Amino acid sequence: MSNEELTERVRRIIATTQHLSEDKVTADSTFAELNIDSLDGINILFAVESEFNINIPDEAAQTIRSVRDVVEGIAKLLAEGPVRA
Amino acid sequence: MNRRVVITGVGVVCALGHNSLEFWQALAEGRPGIRPIESIEPGLLRFENGAEVRNWDPSRHFDEKEAGMLDRFAQFGAVAAREAVADAGLEWSRELREETAIVTGSCVGGQGTEDEGFLNLYRKNIPRVNPLTIPRTMENAAASRISLELGVLGPTFTLSTACSSSNHAIGHAFWMVRSGAARLAIAGGSEAVFSLGFLKAWEAMRVVAPDTCRPFSKDRRGLILGEGGAMLVLEPLDFARARGARIYGEVMGFGMGSDAFHITQPSADGAARAMRAALSDGGLKPEDIGYINAHGTATQANDATETAAIRNLFGSHADRLQMSSTKSMHGHTLGAAGALEAVATVLALRHGILPPTANYTEPDAACDLDVIPNQARRAQVEYALSNSFAFGGLNAVLAFRSA
Repeated sequence: MSNEELTERVRRIIATTQHLSEDKVTADSTFAELNIDSLDGINILFAVESEFNINIPDEAAQTIRSVRDVVEGIAKLLAEGPVRA
Repeated sequence: MNRRVVITGVGVVCALGHNSLEFWQALAEGRPGIRPIESIEPGLLRFENGAEVRNWDPSRHFDEKEAGMLDRFAQFGAVAAREAVADAGLEWSRELREETAIVTGSCVGGQGTEDEGFLNLYRKNIPRVNPLTIPRTMENAAASRISLELGVLGPTFTLSTACSSSNHAIGHAFWMVRSGAARLAIAGGSEAVFSLGFLKAWEAMRVVAPDTCRPFSKDRRGLILGEGGAMLVLEPLDFARARGARIYGEVMGFGMGSDAFHITQPSADGAARAMRAALSDGGLKPEDIGYINAHGTATQANDATETAAIRNLFGSHADRLQMSSTKSMHGHTLGAAGALEAVATVLALRHGILPPTANYTEPDAACDLDVIPNQARRAQVEYALSNSFAFGGLNAVLAFRSA
């Protein structure tokens, strides 16, 4: 999956879970700019885990603060291969 | 006219033991009951440790038919109430039964029963759900069971305010006895959290520690879930004296409030207001308090916020306070937490031993209070608070006095 495609999918997930229009969520948006708080953040990670079938560790989750952090995190986890059960 | 309200009986079931004596021995020794979770198949959860009630055999406490009517959470509540009532040495009369209140707390009631019943329906395509799912699941199942066992006929109800449930329950029971609305109260709470669906939901909240519960420690990584129940018998001081009852301690005050801030994030202002309300209700000043049984969940957010609230309310007296989180030993039992911690606090005052914050490794500048690390401490304290701050921003604090 290209980085552009991944970014598009992440933007769509964030827009859907946060009930925002997709053009508000850019590749450069931070969670603070989008008014995404800690509970919104874990809800987004839940949607991301489901869409990509990955497990995001709690430690990694705590450092995610922007759309770019989400995209980079997913790319790294996808590169590690499919998750166990 | 307000009556003074004292505690004359306590009962506990939790990871530290099946009665209040075992509970207290573990607390005084600083011995945690946190171990690998046995009731869930390994590998299905990101975390592996919990504070389960070990070796629980319902047939030791209930006949087979009765046990089948009761979810685990109601069993814990009923057995804790039996111990508390026996401990209080009550002699029941028709009048006392009519004037006794039962107030319990539970966050999720019989969710294990519900999980099992719905698993059959959704997953195994069994089109029928056991009718006992309803009476087993209802959050008042423990209160109703206690009433049935004792023949108690007075006001009996259950409060559900997430992690503050039991403190709200004990606080309301206290107010009823204080005002004369009830002559006696059995109050506390119980919870059974170890079912896969519920644990997966906690996993998704990302607040459960992968290792253990280290409240106020810099390397804390979250809470550890626990299960159990605890009950207290509350009665007016004059009634207790007249019948020669043993008095564990006095309930001085109860304070509660809402953060109106965020559905899951804590608020230092809300926590401080609830503590202030408990002091005010008991006619106490901040300087009177010597010990606080903290909410102390060991999440990054709670422990720093609770510390800030205490510093804000107590000012320079905060440096003379001793505080511990016994969740480091019995885990976070959600709706039962306030009840377990009320018993822990009352026993601490009675024995002159303050239980420690176990599993503590490293000071955190954001939690710079005396948290009694790892070793219980001998200290005669007259007044103490026990804090509960719930998801949903609902706070409830009890104030106690040694007997």
